[in-house]
Amino acid sequence: MSGLVVADAAPFALDLQKYMHKNRAGKIKTAAMSKNGFAVKLTVLVLLGLTLYGFATFDYKNIDIAEAVAGTFDNIKTMFGRPRLSYNTLAGALKALFVTFSLGALSTVFGAVIALFGALFCAKNIANPKAANIIKSFVAFIRAVPTILWVLIFTVAAGLGSVAAVIGLTFHSAGYLIKAYAESIEEMDDGIIEALKASGASFWQIVFQAVLPSSVGYMIAWTFLRFEINFTNAVAVGAAAGAGGIGFDLYMAGSHYFDLRELGFITYMIVAAVIALEMVASKIKSRVG
Amino acid sequence: MPGVSMEKAPIPENQTSVFVVRKRTFTLVFLGVSAVFAISSVVTDYNVIDGFVAIPRAVSWIAENFVPDKKAWSRFPNILEKLIETALLSVAVTVCAAVCALFSALLGTKTTKINPWIGRGVRIVAAFFRNVPDVVWAILLLFSFGQNILTGFFALFFYTFGVLTRTFIETIDEVSANCVEALRATGANLLQTVFQGILPSSAPEIVSWILYMIETNIRNSTLIGVLTATGIGYMFDLYYKRMDYGSAGLVVISIVALVILIETISNQIRKAIM
Repeated sequence: MSGLVVADAAPFALDLQKYMHKNRAGKIKTAAMSKNGFAVKLTVLVLLGLTLYGFATFDYKNIDIAEAVAGTFDNIKTMFGRPRLSYNTLAGALKALFVTFSLGALSTVFGAVIALFGALFCAKNIANPKAANIIKSFVAFIRAVPTILWVLIFTVAAGLGSVAAVIGLTFHSAGYLIKAYAESIEEMDDGIIEALKASGASFWQIVFQAVLPSSVGYMIAWTFLRFEINFTNAVAVGAAAGAGGIGFDLYMAGSHYFDLRELGFITYMIVAAVIALEMVASKIKSRVG
Repeated sequence: MPGVSMEKAPIPENQTSVFVVRKRTFTLVFLGVSAVFAISSVVTDYNVIDGFVAIPRAVSWIAENFVPDKKAWSRFPNILEKLIETALLSVAVTVCAAVCALFSALLGTKTTKINPWIGRGVRIVAAFFRNVPDVVWAILLLFSFGQNILTGFFALFFYTFGVLTRTFIETIDEVSANCVEALRATGANLLQTVFQGILPSSAPEIVSWILYMIETNIRNSTLIGVLTATGIGYMFDLYYKRMDYGSAGLVVISIVALVILIETISNQIRKAIM
C-alpha cells in the first residue's frame, strides 16, 4: 500500500500562504474585507457619531429627567389602566372615528386615481423618458413636504375643514402611490409590451390589455397599505391642524381638558381600528400578491 | 373589448371568457371605489367642487405669499439652526431605537430559538408601540416633559422602536435562516451565531431600514414639532400663525431641501452596501 504515504509529495503545488491572510497577532483571518462590509461599517460609525454629537448639542432646558420619566409612567398607568369617556359620548367618539376613516378613504381614492395616471407617464418601460424624469422630480418634491404642512397651507386657502385635510393628505398619497405604482409597472415582463407594440397596439390598448391586468394585484396591495398610513395621518392632522375627526378629540382630551383617562379611551379606539385595518390589508396582500 | 378582433376560440360551455371576467372585475372595482367615495364625502362633509376650486386658488395664493422675502432671509440662520437640530434628532432617535429594536428582534425572531414565549411577548409589545400613533405619545409626554426636545425624542422613539422591531424580525427570519442552520450544525453557540451569522448577513438590510426611518422621522418630527411647540415644526407654526408667510415658505423650502438631501445620500449608501 504505497498510496498512503504520498503526503510529502503533493500531486499539485498549493501555495497556502498566498491565500491565507493573517492578522497582526498571527491568527488566520476568517472574514475577508469586502467593499460592502466596509460601507456598512462606515455608515454605522457615522450615524453613531452624529447621534453622540446630537445628544451633546441638544438644548434640554435643564429638565429633571428622572422626575419627568416617573411622572410619565404615572400618566401611562392612568391613561391605559383606567380609560373612560367623560367629555365625549361613545356614539360621538365612534362617529369621529368614522369621520377620520372617511378622510383616509377619500384621500386614498383621490391619491390612487391621480397616481394611476401619473405612474403611466413615469414608468420607465412605457413612458417617454424625458416626461418621466420631469414627473419623477416633481413627485419627489411633493413627497418631501410633510403632510401636516400641506394641510396647514391648504387651510389658509380653502378654510378649516375637510377640504383642506383631504387635499393635504391627497398630495402626499399621490406622490407615494405614483412611485409605488410606477415600480410595479416597471417590474412587469417587457415581452408582453413588445408583443403588443409589434402587433400595432396603441398606448391605451397596451395600458388596458397588458399593463393594468398584470400589475393590478400589486397596485391594490400598495393602495391598502397607503390607506393604513392615511388613516394614521388623518388622526395626526386632526390633532395638529384641527382638521376634525378622532384626532381632534384626541387633541382636545390631552391638551385642552387634560383628561388622561379620556385620552386613554380614544387611544384604545384608534389602536383597535389600526389593528383591524392592518389585518384586512395583510389578508388582501396575501390574496393578490 | 376594443383591440381584440381575432377570431374567438371556442369557449367551453360552463367557463367564462377571461375578457368577461376581467371586465367584471374592473366594473366591480369601479363601483366599489365610487361607493367608498360617495359615503366618505357625505360623512366628512367634503364638497367635490370646493375641493377642485381650492387647488388653483391655493396654488396662486402660495405663489403670491409663500415666496421668501428679505425679512425671511434675515431669519435664515435661526431656521438653519432648528433644521440641523431636527436632522440630528431624527438620526439620534432612529439610532437609539434601532439598537433597542435589534436586541428585541434577536429575542423575537424564530431563528435564535431563545424561547417561544419571549418571542411572542416581544412581537406583541412591538405591535403595541407600532400601532399607538406618535401623536398620542407626544400629547402624553407633554404633560411631564413640557415643551422640550425630549418630548419629541421619546414620541418618535416609541413608534420607531415598534416599526423597526417588526422589520428587523422579518429581515432576520428571511435572510439569516440558512446560515444560522449551517452554523448550528458546526456546533456554534448563541453568541457565535448572532455575531458570525445573523448580524453580518442581515446588516445591509438593517442599515437600509435605518436610513428609511431617518427619512420618515424628519417628516414626522415636523408634525410633532407643530403639536409640541419644538423644533422646525414650531418655527413653521410660529411664522404661519403670525401670518409671516414668506418666512413660513422659507421653512418649507428648507425642509424639502433637507429631505431630498437625505434621500439622495441614503440612495447612494444603499447602492454601496447592497
